[in-house]
Amino acid sequence: MIYNIPYFAVVALILVGLYAVIFKRNLIKIVIGISLIESGVNLFLITLAYRQDSTAPIYHGSGSRIMSLPVPHALTLTSIVIGVAVTALMLSLIIHLYRHYGTLDARKIAEEEE
Amino acid sequence: MSGMSKIVKTISNIIFPFITIFGLYVIAHGHLTPGGGFQGGAIVASGCAMILVAYGSLWTMDKIKEKQLSILESLGAIGFIGVAFLGLIFGLVFFKNFLVNQDTIPIFNEIGKGLSNINTAGVLPLMNFAVGLKVIVGLFVIVLVMAYATRPNGGEIE
Amino acid sequence: MNLETVITHSPALIVAVPLLGAFLTPFIGKISDKVRNVFVILTVGLTFFLVYLLASDVFANGIRIYVFGGDSSVIVSGESTFAIRILFEVDGMNAFMAIIASILAIASVIYSWAYMKENTGLDKFYTLILLLIAGMFGMILTGDLFNFFVFLEITSIASCALIAFWTNKGKSVDAGFKYIVISSIGALFVLFAIGILYSQYNALNMAVLANSIQYTFLDKIALGLLVAGLAMKAGIVPMHMWLPDAYGKAPSTVTLILIGATQTSIYGVLRVTFTLYGNQLTSTLKQIGNTSVTMNWILGIIIVALALITIVIGVLMALKQTDFKRMIAFAAVGEIGYIFLAIGSVIISYGQIIANGNMDLTGPAGMALQGGIFHIINDALDIGLLFLVAGAIYYSTKQTSLNEMGGLARNMKYTTVFFIIGLLAVAGMPPMNGFASKLLIYQSTYLVNPIIAIVAIVFSILLLAVFVKVFHSAFLGPKLQKFKDVKEAPKSMLIAMGVITFIIIVFGLFPNLVVENIIQPAAKAIIDHSSYITTVMGGVLP
Repeated sequence: MIYNIPYFAVVALILVGLYAVIFKRNLIKIVIGISLIESGVNLFLITLAYRQDSTAPIYHGSGSRIMSLPVPHALTLTSIVIGVAVTALMLSLIIHLYRHYGTLDARKIAEEEE
Repeated sequence: MSGMSKIVKTISNIIFPFITIFGLYVIAHGHLTPGGGFQGGAIVASGCAMILVAYGSLWTMDKIKEKQLSILESLGAIGFIGVAFLGLIFGLVFFKNFLVNQDTIPIFNEIGKGLSNINTAGVLPLMNFAVGLKVIVGLFVIVLVMAYATRPNGGEIE
Repeated sequence: MNLETVITHSPALIVAVPLLGAFLTPFIGKISDKVRNVFVILTVGLTFFLVYLLASDVFANGIRIYVFGGDSSVIVSGESTFAIRILFEVDGMNAFMAIIASILAIASVIYSWAYMKENTGLDKFYTLILLLIAGMFGMILTGDLFNFFVFLEITSIASCALIAFWTNKGKSVDAGFKYIVISSIGALFVLFAIGILYSQYNALNMAVLANSIQYTFLDKIALGLLVAGLAMKAGIVPMHMWLPDAYGKAPSTVTLILIGATQTSIYGVLRVTFTLYGNQLTSTLKQIGNTSVTMNWILGIIIVALALITIVIGVLMALKQTDFKRMIAFAAVGEIGYIFLAIGSVIISYGQIIANGNMDLTGPAGMALQGGIFHIINDALDIGLLFLVAGAIYYSTKQTSLNEMGGLARNMKYTTVFFIIGLLAVAGMPPMNGFASKLLIYQSTYLVNPIIAIVAIVFSILLLAVFVKVFHSAFLGPKLQKFKDVKEAPKSMLIAMGVITFIIIVFGLFPNLVVENIIQPAAKAIIDHSSYITTVMGGVLP
């Protein structure tokens, strides 16, 4: 049972992130919501790689224990890099929007006509 | 935004070389220990961001022209693709590791665990350097332009 | 360097040449503007030539594989074979989508010579366009699921930056923001499903997964997440909100390539449903009395229902718009509904195609598949032509609202002719290509359920009514005073529009030739998942 706790954390993170994206009006909170969903998916990928009593998948000279799978670590790294790029892009767009409209409220921006 | 006090500037001057050396170490040993291009580049970029916060974005934007940084970033990207194309020309498959298991340049031929040398994995350290350069410059330019664009009066870029 | 080696290496070169061009563009841009434009057009032209070589070889000879960084696709150790390298696998369907993408790419780059001439920051514009083209080709040609996800993210980041290119207008930046939020959530769903599939079968390669997939509970979740994530990027109701804003507020050059990116998501749905889950598509879920509820029945009904709602909402919302580009964008939503209607009908009647083990493409299910695939290329060309016309009008008159336009036919003769051809093609009138594909869709969906076909025909006629209204108010009518010295669109824009019109007319006049040579190999290839698997595994199925 104790080995299932990371999966509950994954579901909780994704649900909180989806709630923030759908129901919040401040643009910065939407960006934080997407960042939470990304963290949840990354945690899911790393949790899949664990085997019981395993150590990090690096060769060193002493002993031999079971190693955890190295492929999901590479997938998670790629996903983190993509997340950095998407967050930087979204924040730059928010700077432009604030300079143009003077407000950060998504509903007010949608009602404006140019 | 304006810089911070004299104490902060002095301490960040002292710490910045250590952060850079550590970041370059993580980039260079990416094929042996955890690390590699992106991780080491992020460490050096956060060191540069520390300098940016300590000295203020106005001062930094005067000293460093953003256009020269863009040239460095393109050089890093061309380095990566160029090494991949060299794999096509010398090894007959795109992205092939053509410096391993060959006899013309035998310096790259040591493979195996326990030897923590840079020349043990062929083409991989070269690609790590290219990606590391691109990540350092790319992340630093993002932080610099965002800090310059949100300064208190105005905020027009270029 | 004879032709044979070029064709062998062409799957990698098709992705690598635009990538190298994208990184070299800032350096060449320092020399002069004209040299940079010529360099970009040459790069895209070289890619188009490579796609033509690869497609003609694949249609004649069969599936091709390209393995990155190694010699063979499988590694044999003992008596078990592992396929662990990243590989590109090109069969008929991949070659067909690559042809569409390359036609759209070269038309849009020629169009952008004159359209974007007065803007600054064009170095970054061309870099981003070449990155978008490289990402799109990578998504089309790959044979590995995680590679597909990475190229999907590259495409969405590059296209978001291009949609928000006119940063002085607030609405463009708002459209880009909406696009990146929905696109990023869809891609994260896809990554979640890839994680589930990897944890069960220890493989990321599409062929290996297709070979060893069993239909457990986790696989159902993965299928649902994959189809939902890819459908978010394709623009089906209820996730279509980003489409009118993104298509309407972006420069017309960008919209043309964005249409290609949307069609590639539809290709992703096809690949996941038919190849990855191909073995299990007719597995039984429940037994109710004598009839067995199979998975393809439920999946097909859901897709057909969503497609019908998409057609209805797309056409009805297009009726009440006053902005020219937004109206065409809603028509694009309707057309995507037609494609998914055909795909849903194929999934419902999947059992008829693979009856007795050999593939039978002449029945109603085969006709639906051919109609759907033919409609992908027709929709891309027709809607693309309409957007190019709208861009030409915006360039000459700086207006996008239909209330302000009128009497433009006297000044812009060629543009009017192109608009008439595009209008007839979208509404499905003979002798344009829209008629051929829509006839196939009507015939095949009639045999599934007659009501679906009637709804489809009625809304197609409504679409014709919408565009005739647009034509009358924008082009006909008395000459307005403020448009007295409006000139015809510049030559490069006319060349781009002419190329697309020529292809539309050729497809319309000779539909049989097109269906036999291009569509049928694609349809056969997407159904035939067993040869997809055996080409990678080298005939050894563990």
